[in-house]
Amino acid sequence: MPDKIKDIIDRRDGKKSSLIMVLQDIQKEYRYLSEESLMLVAKRMKITPSKVFSVATFYENFSLEPKGKYVIKICDGTACHVKKSIPILNALRTELDLSEEKKTTDDLLFTVETVSCLGACGLAPVITINDKVYPKVTPEHVLELLDGIRKEEEK
Amino acid sequence: MAGTMIVDGRRIEFENEKHLLEVIRKAGIELPTFCYHSELSVYGACRMCIVEDKWGNIMASCSEIPKDGMEIFTNTPKIQKHRKMILELLLSNHDRDCTTCEKNGKCKLQELAYKFGIRGYRFKEFNGKQEIDNSSKSIVRNPNKCIACGDCVRVCEEVQGVGVLGFAYRGSKLTVTPAFNKKLAEVDCVNCGQCTRVCPTGAMIIKDETHKVWKVLYDKKKRVVAQIAPAVRVAIGEEFGLEAGELSIGKIAAALKRLGFDQVYDTALAADLTVMEESKEFFSRIEANTNLPIFTSCCPAWVRYAELKHPELINNISSCKSPQQMFGTVIKEFFKKSDAAEEKETVVISIMPCTAKKFEASRPESETDGIYDVDTVITTQELAAMIREAGIVFNELDPESLDMPLGLSSGAGVMFGVTGGVTEAVIRRGLMEKTSESLREISFKGVRGMTGIKEASFEIDGRTYNFAMIHGLGNVDKIIEMVNSGEKSYDFIEVMACQGGCIGGAGQPIPKDYRISKKRAKGIYNADSISQIKRSEENPMVIALYNGLLKGKHHLLHLNKEKV
Repeated sequence: MPDKIKDIIDRRDGKKSSLIMVLQDIQKEYRYLSEESLMLVAKRMKITPSKVFSVATFYENFSLEPKGKYVIKICDGTACHVKKSIPILNALRTELDLSEEKKTTDDLLFTVETVSCLGACGLAPVITINDKVYPKVTPEHVLELLDGIRKEEEK
Repeated sequence: MAGTMIVDGRRIEFENEKHLLEVIRKAGIELPTFCYHSELSVYGACRMCIVEDKWGNIMASCSEIPKDGMEIFTNTPKIQKHRKMILELLLSNHDRDCTTCEKNGKCKLQELAYKFGIRGYRFKEFNGKQEIDNSSKSIVRNPNKCIACGDCVRVCEEVQGVGVLGFAYRGSKLTVTPAFNKKLAEVDCVNCGQCTRVCPTGAMIIKDETHKVWKVLYDKKKRVVAQIAPAVRVAIGEEFGLEAGELSIGKIAAALKRLGFDQVYDTALAADLTVMEESKEFFSRIEANTNLPIFTSCCPAWVRYAELKHPELINNISSCKSPQQMFGTVIKEFFKKSDAAEEKETVVISIMPCTAKKFEASRPESETDGIYDVDTVITTQELAAMIREAGIVFNELDPESLDMPLGLSSGAGVMFGVTGGVTEAVIRRGLMEKTSESLREISFKGVRGMTGIKEASFEIDGRTYNFAMIHGLGNVDKIIEMVNSGEKSYDFIEVMACQGGCIGGAGQPIPKDYRISKKRAKGIYNADSISQIKRSEENPMVIALYNGLLKGKHHLLHLNKEKV
């Protein structure tokens, strides 16, 4: 792991102003920002760990906890909300035994989170699974999608 | 840029003031602030210093550049309303235990809430209580009292170059914390305590250990011995309304006696011993041409900083114990026999301007066979609190002398309390010509003053030696870089972590303004001026110790590096 992170930093010339981009690249690679990787960033880029932590916790997009292989985002913007996005969220949480606090399954397969708007209100209610958009979703439909992924994973 | 502006209807000239706030303060109007400190960068977070211009715009005066012809108002109904609201919101997210808070009476939030007439809580108490961090030997961090002004974050990073504190999360979840919500003892904190000096509330406070002192004072089986650091005598008076820099060593001695201390001694004697040992070490390193430049070892925050950030320099740091630790060893050795005869136990309490000394006293190398050189360290502030608690009226105390024999020190030893002082003392020791004129001459060659990095060159015995003096840990890396790149070459480098040296330590009374450092420094130099003994090697007690207690036992004054 350290070598990979070194490469990511060096690709950005190790400039202090590139911190956010470096963190994005690391998150892309590992799906989250571990303490170990942030400490490496701090050391190599000569930024204090407290400052790196500060930036990493400021942005909602950075996750300091490991995320699942499949990240499911349920849109809870106004349009999706009135088109019943919450029942989708509840169906997923019940099925995967997740909650507001616990967003990722223990087997690190699924992460379920809400977003404020995906900008596709015409397709409401919308969800994305690993950035692929699914329009006009219902609780039944989303459980079918889950089953599909699970079967794919078992192969 | 120079010009004139109108503040509350009065014409004010300004020259090179950087911010509106400075111009307004110059005009004699005391605007409230939490996040503004002249030595830190401008942050504009607390919004207490808001003013209104003639068009009704509200701005934070700390981050507004003065312009010619500006017309501003500092106390309009709109501003009053906003200020009150800000304070009420801060209070909604703040512990409400003023009466039991360490900062009670010294808290800026309390002061301003009173000043601006906040007489009730408008908003419901925020109930997301966070854990108090008690892990550090020197500092207690209570996030429930934090108002997110960022003073501690900036002093730690900008002045001290340490940067263990940072803001984390955002919005209502924002908090000031070390990285990964770790405890202070688990991160690279050097225990300098400067965060406690700038914190306007009780979010960062010095760990109070006065209860330990009270306990031994009432114990008949203990011989309680105090050692007073040089910087304490020029600052403690501020706690009782005396002028900064006023020498109150006699009053301190009197107060300690009344509190029940058995013996009251002066750490400056141990500073004299440090001068002897460190000079010897310095000249022998010069002769052998190894481990140069030599770095001083008196400041525990600097030593910790070096261990964490510059482990390659460890061998360059003098092997001398700090004066506090040396004195602890000497005192315990001195009373060994009488302790056995009288069935007593000697307890050493040091009174220090410093929070890092608490940490230093607890380090493993400060202990031999289960006995610590120094048992408890209290700061100037804590001693003042004890004096108040005992009902002693400090200002009316008649001065008393320190006890003999370990209360005798030289002017050189007292100078350890100010930046440049260790260097000046070492030069006094090394200089061949010992006339009083030549001693006075030293003081004009760059060792005195409040510049962050000072340099001086002296010729001793036909060779020129280069000295550097640093205060404020943030300046250390600059010097180290210059030395490594070959741009500069020094033989002796003195480092004191706090601005101004120990006189600006975090354990000192919280300074009311920036001029206080200079006054305290003047106090130290006055103490030297009135001292009959100017040089460490002339101190009769130093000579007596070397011929007696320390004969063949010089190792007591040095660190056992194997334990480090």
